[in-house]
Amino acid sequence: MVSHRLRVNPIKCDAHGMCAELLPEFIALDPWGYPIIPDEPVPEDLKSLARKAVAACPTLALLADKDRS
Amino acid sequence: MTALAEMPRRAYSHPRHRREPLPRLLAGIATGQPADLRHHERTYGPLDLPAAAWNRDRAAARRTAARLTDVVDRSGLTGRGGAGFPTGRKLRSVAASGRPAVVVANGAEGEPASSKDKLLLSRVPHLVLDGITLAAFAVGATDAYLAVHGGNGRLMAKLTGAIRARQVAGIDPVPIELVGINDEYVSSEQTAVVQHLNGGPGVPTFTPPRTHERGVNGRPTLVNNAETLAHLAMIGRYGDQWFREAGLRDDPGTTLVTISGAIRWPGVYEVELGTPIGEALMRAGGPAERPQAVLIGGYFGTWLPVGAAWQVPLARTRLRAVGAAMGAGILVVLPESCCGIAETARVVRYLADSGAGQCGPCIFGLPALADVLEDLAFRGGRRDAAERVATLIPLIEGRGACRHPDGATQLAASAFRAFKHDVYAHDIDGPCFGVSDKPLLPIPGSAGSW
Amino acid sequence: MSGILSGSFLHGPFLWYATRAAGLITLTALTASVVLGILNAGRFETARWARFLVQGMHRNLSLIALTFLILHVGTTVIDTYTSIGWPTAFVPFVSPYKRFWLGLGAVACDMMLALLVTSLLRQRIGHRLWRGVHWAGYLCWPVAVAHGLGAGTDHGTMWVLALTVACVAIVLAAIGYRTVRLIPSRRVAR
Repeated sequence: MVSHRLRVNPIKCDAHGMCAELLPEFIALDPWGYPIIPDEPVPEDLKSLARKAVAACPTLALLADKDRS
Repeated sequence: MTALAEMPRRAYSHPRHRREPLPRLLAGIATGQPADLRHHERTYGPLDLPAAAWNRDRAAARRTAARLTDVVDRSGLTGRGGAGFPTGRKLRSVAASGRPAVVVANGAEGEPASSKDKLLLSRVPHLVLDGITLAAFAVGATDAYLAVHGGNGRLMAKLTGAIRARQVAGIDPVPIELVGINDEYVSSEQTAVVQHLNGGPGVPTFTPPRTHERGVNGRPTLVNNAETLAHLAMIGRYGDQWFREAGLRDDPGTTLVTISGAIRWPGVYEVELGTPIGEALMRAGGPAERPQAVLIGGYFGTWLPVGAAWQVPLARTRLRAVGAAMGAGILVVLPESCCGIAETARVVRYLADSGAGQCGPCIFGLPALADVLEDLAFRGGRRDAAERVATLIPLIEGRGACRHPDGATQLAASAFRAFKHDVYAHDIDGPCFGVSDKPLLPIPGSAGSW
Repeated sequence: MSGILSGSFLHGPFLWYATRAAGLITLTALTASVVLGILNAGRFETARWARFLVQGMHRNLSLIALTFLILHVGTTVIDTYTSIGWPTAFVPFVSPYKRFWLGLGAVACDMMLALLVTSLLRQRIGHRLWRGVHWAGYLCWPVAVAHGLGAGTDHGTMWVLALTVACVAIVLAAIGYRTVRLIPSRRVAR
């Protein structure tokens, strides 16, 4: 069962907020506009949205890692 | 040729044969002149690098190097730069790929309250340089760098001289290059030094890839603190069992601590790991005034009330058990006449100003944290300081590319624990009389710096 | 044999009308795409227009522009009335007819293809390379406008001129808005 985790490169991240718009059930924004990514695998039903969010990030700061559980 | 540690021990009038284990690193401190090569070899004995380090036979060199790494593993040496990572494991991970590696000795010491690396590099430089050579052999490096604060012209000149003397004597198979970096707090962070060596700005980078996989010029890079390498140079001469004769079983050896603050004889001291904090402070003459608390580990460290701190042994696991950490071996004594909250507020403001400016949570979070602390320290709180800090800390911790913001949050959280009563008093009654103009902890760039 | 490839079709005015129409639609779609791109870079959003919508529309309009570009180039090339061949569409300044203005068209076409390819491969080539090429979009659009004015045969017509002027005006307005009102980056300069 391959699960995906999201993480953000905080140097590249420029608080565009695109990821939180596309994946509000998983990603929240802190008071300064930067994403708070939970340290848990992406739920099955949100996986395709997660992929879209990774592709949509204007600075390619959002990264997806496969991990085998 | 036998591996280094199996060679017959030499009988010098050296601490090795004395009853007490100290001093070790600091045995070569003479008054005045920095130890030149001859004095160094007389004090510690020559390094005697195995012949395999010089010949072209990579396979033989690797085998001997692996034996050396085993010795380092057995010695239990851990990093003295703050992270405390097992050195043997680090050597192994860099050597693992088999590709030509790079060694970087980090002597930049960006932590304002620390002087141990400066001391080592100015008074016993050859010990650190020996360590670099040994590490280069252990990981199969073809390049070696020593990074120091570039603004310190005198130190740079001394080190240039020491390196040249070694070149003339022909004792380093891998030439060591001296590199000056700037003295910003973040510039001495591991990935920042590597990025600087790669021609980029001296600011931390995002990991992965970690430096031991891809560092300088994309090659596996070993980054070690200068003191760690000095210990390595001693282990290379006298072996792992000798190293373990001092310290504790799970935290062996000695370490350098910079003791400052309200202490009679501030300075750098070499102590066995496991020495209680109180004993170390007494070796430095004891507190100069009534002590209130001790800052352990530096600006990324933790405050402990003096009563709680006094008996705690200086060792990683023991410190962790009380919520503290060794850090870069720093002890600062806070007297009762000073205000712990004010000191913390100043340091957090300094850390907020000296970030690399790359990551949002640090750029915005640290100044917000400093605001709360300054409010509480200098203007009286609004009865909500503890809450505001509790909200801020999870928004800052772990969300930067490096550990800079985490250090600040750790310091702030420990201040709220150690100075609980003061927090309450400040909140209700406003600033105390201890909030003086003369800060205890040095803040570079302001009037209170060293 | 009647049908699409009969002589009068390839030789007559139909393809000529088609190419002009396709060209004008390309210009309009490209203009709209550029405007949305400028707004998105300036983090434009309203209650109804989320960031990902602006970005999505920018992308879709670019693809529409590209589709009509293909039609525009295709109808020009198969039109036997002129002697414009395939190379002219992609290699600048080789056409015997209106060399300079058609050359500009080829330049704009090449740039659009570069934008397309880098955008499709964005996650593989990394942000910096993608961004470098994407900035060329700022050059692609005025080159396309110039091509339309110089190579097109309709610039005498009022409405075509009005359309071109409107396109230029709206892009300038977007640039103005972005410079004055919108936020490029959250970070404090260091």
